[in-house]
Amino acid sequence: MKFLYAAYAATWLIHITYLLTVARRYARLKREIQDLKRDLR
Amino acid sequence: MKKVFPIFAVLTAGLLSYALYQALVAAPTEQTMGDVQRIFYYHVPSAWTAFLLFSINFVASVWYLIRRNTAADIVALVTAEVGVVFCTVVLVTGPLWARPVWGIWWTWDIRLTSTLVLWLIYVSYLLLRRFSTSGQTPVLAAALAVFGALDVPLVYFSIWFFRTQHPQPVIGGGGSIDPRMLHVLLINWLAFLCFAFLVCWSRYRLERLQRDVEETQALEALLDPRSSVR
Repeated sequence: MKFLYAAYAATWLIHITYLLTVARRYARLKREIQDLKRDLR
Repeated sequence: MKKVFPIFAVLTAGLLSYALYQALVAAPTEQTMGDVQRIFYYHVPSAWTAFLLFSINFVASVWYLIRRNTAADIVALVTAEVGVVFCTVVLVTGPLWARPVWGIWWTWDIRLTSTLVLWLIYVSYLLLRRFSTSGQTPVLAAALAVFGALDVPLVYFSIWFFRTQHPQPVIGGGGSIDPRMLHVLLINWLAFLCFAFLVCWSRYRLERLQRDVEETQALEALLDPRSSVR
């Protein structure tokens, strides 16, 4: 059973890690947009 | 579109939970391998999803080479990225299934090796896109993707044409599967397809936004020479 749970846990760990990197990129982009808006004002 | 995304996300989360319940509880236990066979419900749908994403990447890359279409370039990038994630799942769950069943984590047979090569090809594709500063990067990446996609049918058909440690296909190719197991397998594949679509959708929007921002920054630098000094 430990191999089964390890496989399922690893699957979601990989997907969640990827989603976190996408979220981090999105947050960085939001900051860039705000800087850009400030510069253009 | 803004309202559709959260509704689809909630539906996908529900479907993934239902698929997980089906895989861990409802599916019958396989007689020889026991409960560890349930890895099949994550391993196989992840592989099919990765193959589908790499195939879309191939079509988008060809389209980009013909038309130089930005949307096709973004679709190619996004499907390669999400495809690599699913391929990573395949390469991690495979050894976790092989160890208790075969007694080994890994063997250099054609199915396993060609899958690893496929993963390496698309990782190099993503590294090229991430670190190359040439204006020709999308063209080079599209050409690499076209050649990389040749490995997809090799991985898929390797167990049909070669003797391998990997089991024969359970659908088609002379294999057989309990109808209840097939039902759970297809539910899990549908759930992972919806999840992959959702991730590709958000990643596509992010990439579009990123390119718009870069374009605006370049314009700003052109209009205001002082900003380029910073």
